[in-house]
Amino acid sequence: MSPRKPLRTALARLSVLDGTILGKWELGKRGLVKRGLGRLLLAPLLLGALLSGALPNLAAAQDFAIINAKVAIGDGSEPIENGVVIVRGGKIAAAGPAGSGHDAKTADSFGVDTLYNARGAWVTPGIFAALTDLGLVDVGGVEESNDTSAQGSQFNAALDVARAINPAAQDIAVSRAGGVTRASTAPLAANSIFAGQGAIIDLGADRAAVVQPRAFQLVVLGEGGARLAGGSRMASKAALRNALREAAAFAKGAWKGDASLLTRADAAALGPVIQGKQKLYIHAERAADILSILAMGKEFPRLDMVLVSASEGWLVADEIAAARVPVIADALDDLPSSFEQLAATQSNIGRMVDAGVTVAIGGMSGIEQPRNSAQYAGNLVALNKVPRASGLSWGEALAAITSVPAAISGFAGKLGALTPGAAGDVVIWDGDPLELSSAPLQIFIDGVKQPLSNHQTRLRDRYQDLDESELPKAYDW
Amino acid sequence: MRYRAASILGAAATLAACSASGESHPATLAQQANVADAPYPSTYKAYPGVPTALVGATIYDGAGGKIEGGRVLFADGKVVGVGGSDLAIPAGYQQIDGTGKFVTPGVIDIHSHLGDYASPSVDAHSDGNEMTSPTTPEVWAEHSVWPQDPGFTRALANGGVTSLQILPGSANLMGGRSVTLKNVPSRTVQGMKFPGAPYGFKMACGENPKRVYGAKGMAPSTRMGNFAVNRQTWIDAKQYADGPRTNRDLAKETLAGVLDGDILVHNHCYRADEMALVLDMAKEFGYKVSAFHHAVESYKIGDLLKAAGTCSAIWADWYGFKMESYDGIPENAALLQQQGACVVIHSDDENGIQRLNQEAAKAQADGRRIGIDIADAQVIGWFTLNPAKAMGIDAMTGSLTKGKMADVVLWNGNPLSVYSRPEKIWIDGALLYDYTDPKRRPVSDFELGQPGEGDVK
Repeated sequence: MSPRKPLRTALARLSVLDGTILGKWELGKRGLVKRGLGRLLLAPLLLGALLSGALPNLAAAQDFAIINAKVAIGDGSEPIENGVVIVRGGKIAAAGPAGSGHDAKTADSFGVDTLYNARGAWVTPGIFAALTDLGLVDVGGVEESNDTSAQGSQFNAALDVARAINPAAQDIAVSRAGGVTRASTAPLAANSIFAGQGAIIDLGADRAAVVQPRAFQLVVLGEGGARLAGGSRMASKAALRNALREAAAFAKGAWKGDASLLTRADAAALGPVIQGKQKLYIHAERAADILSILAMGKEFPRLDMVLVSASEGWLVADEIAAARVPVIADALDDLPSSFEQLAATQSNIGRMVDAGVTVAIGGMSGIEQPRNSAQYAGNLVALNKVPRASGLSWGEALAAITSVPAAISGFAGKLGALTPGAAGDVVIWDGDPLELSSAPLQIFIDGVKQPLSNHQTRLRDRYQDLDESELPKAYDW
Repeated sequence: MRYRAASILGAAATLAACSASGESHPATLAQQANVADAPYPSTYKAYPGVPTALVGATIYDGAGGKIEGGRVLFADGKVVGVGGSDLAIPAGYQQIDGTGKFVTPGVIDIHSHLGDYASPSVDAHSDGNEMTSPTTPEVWAEHSVWPQDPGFTRALANGGVTSLQILPGSANLMGGRSVTLKNVPSRTVQGMKFPGAPYGFKMACGENPKRVYGAKGMAPSTRMGNFAVNRQTWIDAKQYADGPRTNRDLAKETLAGVLDGDILVHNHCYRADEMALVLDMAKEFGYKVSAFHHAVESYKIGDLLKAAGTCSAIWADWYGFKMESYDGIPENAALLQQQGACVVIHSDDENGIQRLNQEAAKAQADGRRIGIDIADAQVIGWFTLNPAKAMGIDAMTGSLTKGKMADVVLWNGNPLSVYSRPEKIWIDGALLYDYTDPKRRPVSDFELGQPGEGDVK
């Protein structure tokens, strides 16, 4: 087994033991962990905390502060040099420039157990990956391991991903190591325009992934929905209106099962949608479909709609902005992959944002992978240098994968930003988080330090050399 | 004439490859001439260019070299010189200031289905897999290529792709011949064919063939079935190749071309154990695997791949979408490089082809984090010279070397940064993309009169 020098090198950049940081970072089987309590005991700064019984606990939320960080809040603002982030009780207590009341030098002075010296490293909120299949799939192509869709089910709107999510799934562990701390997980439509109900999850290494079950209902219009509904957009739009009316009747106790197309369970599931208590995510690409959805919003004013994908959204950006409907869009789709995406361009998001639309980057599932969210966001920054293209500023791009998807998901101020009161989802990076060469050094979710290991890192460790002179590789673990 | 001369160069390269595996085919040169006379010949002609000097940029030559503040000269479609600020610029050259910018050879994608699975991806455009028999060596990918696929234009403008290999799909054990194209729009596929490029031959192991044909109740339905069908096909091909070859047989002609070393094998394969078996099959029948494609487990057998001289054409980080991709890791490229094996970054995707430089950069960084430092200049080779070698076109393109085709990308920043994009692209010395000129970008017939025609995309 090769020594894992590089991680130790990375470590040194972040490191500690300079009089302000207590304890020693080491690479353990679970990634970067803090060891050496003996040192801690010698460290006067922590003594108070130790005496009061506040030992850092790897499995529980820490109260900690990160100093000397390049802090990006995630709210659209540009990064702050020499910033400080303070997390207490699993939540952000404060984040901002040192010198604005956060310039203390000791753990005690921050009221925390542990102080990390980032030595200039970047610190951001964790990535919020909107519209993933995280927790639903072991292997995409292995049908029995894939719970993303339920083609043979009698139910559709009633399907609930919260009941299928596996917190121990490898894709959750791999995405976590890539800096993703929160996500929405959605089902795929298979037997109806209604895909079912999606959930908001955290990617913490624990048994509870679901933060909010049944956070939204996903309906698919456009070409895909038209095929599912019977072969035409006429059919999908009729099916949607009929379902909303049947659900309204059900909610009023006026539902007649025999005369209805929905099953009882599906009609019940759509109740919160028609009341505006559950968000309705609507997948559409073509400008005309988007306008038709906005018109439906006027017909059913209580619907809390979110547009999904919207490749041609830029053509009707003013109308989307006026309707105040947010969008979760693919960042880099630029091909006429279908006849409803003829106007697709990487400038779609930039143009919509310029028009005042709230847009998150999303849909990073399958081979696109949630962990590549930052790469896609970075690409939108690159567009700023391309004549006639519309990109995002760096701060907007980070927000498009943190606070904006969190807000669209119903968690404004609670997730996706380093603002007081938000969850302590914090990532320390070894470089500009949107840059290709960067990766997380340490990740906290709800203030809990997270392991970064997974099936991939274990294979990586085993195959750093091909030496089998003593024993087969199977013994190297 | 240019075509025939180039193909003889190709023959020399393939002879060398054969001798490495202890085989030799004295008839190769003669047979290569036959390949040059193959039907559907390239009609590609370079577009006019002006003698150009790129001045002051950081140059990555594709062959591992880096020059800060360097100069690249090209004229008449060829690279004339590459050097530092002391390289003299002949009279009559237009000078382009590259200060703060970067120059690389044109990007090459060794694994694309553009044109064969064209956008829009409707059933009528599904022309990449002849899924009617597990072995279809008789089909040629070029007969499916739709030159109006808008994907070609995105690969150019966003990806800097100047050459690409279009492969048949992987449903069949033997999918057919590939075709190598210059990424220059044309009314015909012949007008895009890379002059003098050898043909490739697509093979596939693993899940796809056994699934597709097993589901039809025929062989192969297992991995052992895959090998049995392959071996019998090679045995029959050898018999044909050793005979007078007088009866025209499209399938056997292609297989004989592989056995002669004129047609390069590109083998879709994910698992390490299976690649090792394929290498032995290649020994059994006396051909060479030029590259394993996808090869997510290559890092487990870098030693075997190095010994075989076989490249791994891989993604940076795809994994887990099918059982045989379950052990894919982002450090695959770096571990292969460390083991001395050949790395190629490929796309297999109409979106990924727009970001091969970015995928390479991610793979480089994943290596750095485990202590494998690979210089930027070498990483550039993963999507320029290395694919050119595996495609047999490295004598003509793939690096900024005097005499090679002037396939050149001027990037507005380091191509290994997410914040950089191609600014200007020349193919054979002709300026075919310039982001400062709205009209200097290709728009396919399909996109005319549609919303977004000529947009930045």
